[in-house]
Amino acid sequence: MTRDQIKSVILEIIGQIIPDEDLSNLKGDIPIREQVELDSMDFLDIIMELRKRYGIEVPENDYPKLATLDGSVAYLEPLMKNL
Amino acid sequence: MTAHQSTDRRVVITGIGLTAPNGNNLTEFRQSLLQGKSGIRKVNVRYMGEVLAGLCDFDPLKYQKKKELRRGTRAGSIAIYCAREALADAKLDIGSIDRGRIGVYLGITEHGTVETENEIYEIKQYNYDIRYWSHHHNPRVVANNPAGEVTLNLGITGPHYTLGAACAGGNIGLIHGVQMLLLQEVDIALGGGVSESTGSFGIFAGFKNEGALAFHENPERACRPFDKDRNGVVVSEGGCIFVLERLSDALRRGAKIYGEVVGYAINSDATDFIFPNKERQVECMMLALKRAGISPGDIDIISTHGTGTVEGDAVECQAIKEVFGESPHACLNNTKSFIGHTMGAAGALELAGNLPSFEDHLVHPTINLDNLDPQCYLSNWVINKPRKVDKVDYILNNSFGMLGINSVVIVKRFAA
Repeated sequence: MTRDQIKSVILEIIGQIIPDEDLSNLKGDIPIREQVELDSMDFLDIIMELRKRYGIEVPENDYPKLATLDGSVAYLEPLMKNL
Repeated sequence: MTAHQSTDRRVVITGIGLTAPNGNNLTEFRQSLLQGKSGIRKVNVRYMGEVLAGLCDFDPLKYQKKKELRRGTRAGSIAIYCAREALADAKLDIGSIDRGRIGVYLGITEHGTVETENEIYEIKQYNYDIRYWSHHHNPRVVANNPAGEVTLNLGITGPHYTLGAACAGGNIGLIHGVQMLLLQEVDIALGGGVSESTGSFGIFAGFKNEGALAFHENPERACRPFDKDRNGVVVSEGGCIFVLERLSDALRRGAKIYGEVVGYAINSDATDFIFPNKERQVECMMLALKRAGISPGDIDIISTHGTGTVEGDAVECQAIKEVFGESPHACLNNTKSFIGHTMGAAGALELAGNLPSFEDHLVHPTINLDNLDPQCYLSNWVINKPRKVDKVDYILNNSFGMLGINSVVIVKRFAA
């Protein structure tokens, strides 16, 4: 997957988890939770979806790296580039 | 709980919110009951295949965001819908009342079965790897979930919990609300019951393997309490929540009053897991009548519990016969014949559907009662068509459940 594809996947997953929110103006460098209503249980849904869809296991210590959209793409790129 | 008591010792119903397989508010529900409209159909249930059931078609997005729906449970959605509808019906503006003085008390038959089955089904797709078990599982299955979801949705900060009372749950949620009002614990009680049991294959399979799951080629004819050819229960979902207030408060704000809860009783058979006990049902009805300060001849409508099982229906009729005689003054009817067994919601829904009789003097019928079982003989069944009567002053509502829990509620036409 390319970076753009990974970004699309992340946005699609977030959109599924918080379907009432408008994600069209989500800034890549600002923590997602500061821009939309996404709590810790929702965040765990993102982790679960990555596990279910792609078999990606994100260790708890790495959760902060997924705080922003840009950070998520950077973190997931090596894990998803061959998908 | 009688007229001579002061108005702050009397409790009245001032709002009703409901969803049933044949109506999403009291007007629709009542119309269906008067017109003989069933809500039973064929549905597919995991592992079971095609079964008969009653499902509700209210719009959950009327009062919930999509995210709330994803997070919560079906029982929670039903409860939120009913609570919101009940408060609107009571003309209570949630924004202008003390939400710390509202209590939410919901009867349930069971809760968590659906969610647990769903999770096990989900991890089965992943070879039972528990890393795929949802972190939402515990808040979904805690027993207070349906009532708790109501408080989250409405910002209610008073007490909330459910009352696990098998199929007597709906009556018992209402009774508990009355008790909390009389104890001055709250000023407004949201009392009633909910059920999401149609989401569980286990509930259907349990009844089937017990030989108590109804079947008929025509789904609308399947639930036939007291009929000779009855062959079991039709599982349904539903909910009904009453707004309950002390009469003093209701009068002060000029509320519409559906009726006054003048008597109730709860007792236990202490004899069997599933088979009912006539003597305890008799005692329960007698205790409710005593607390209401009335005699059996004062009751105008007996809303029966009858689920369509061979044994249960016969025992209830024998109990009614012992209390009211073979030819009671009271008309008898049954709501499950229309909507199936809404489990934790049943007692509340069945009472609600009868309350308009105070004003329209019509008693809704029991449908599918083509050949009355001689064991269920009572002279005053209202069968297949509504009956016009001169007056309705008292309604008695039976609701019984597994493990031998019995409940009776008596509501009186309100007279100041």
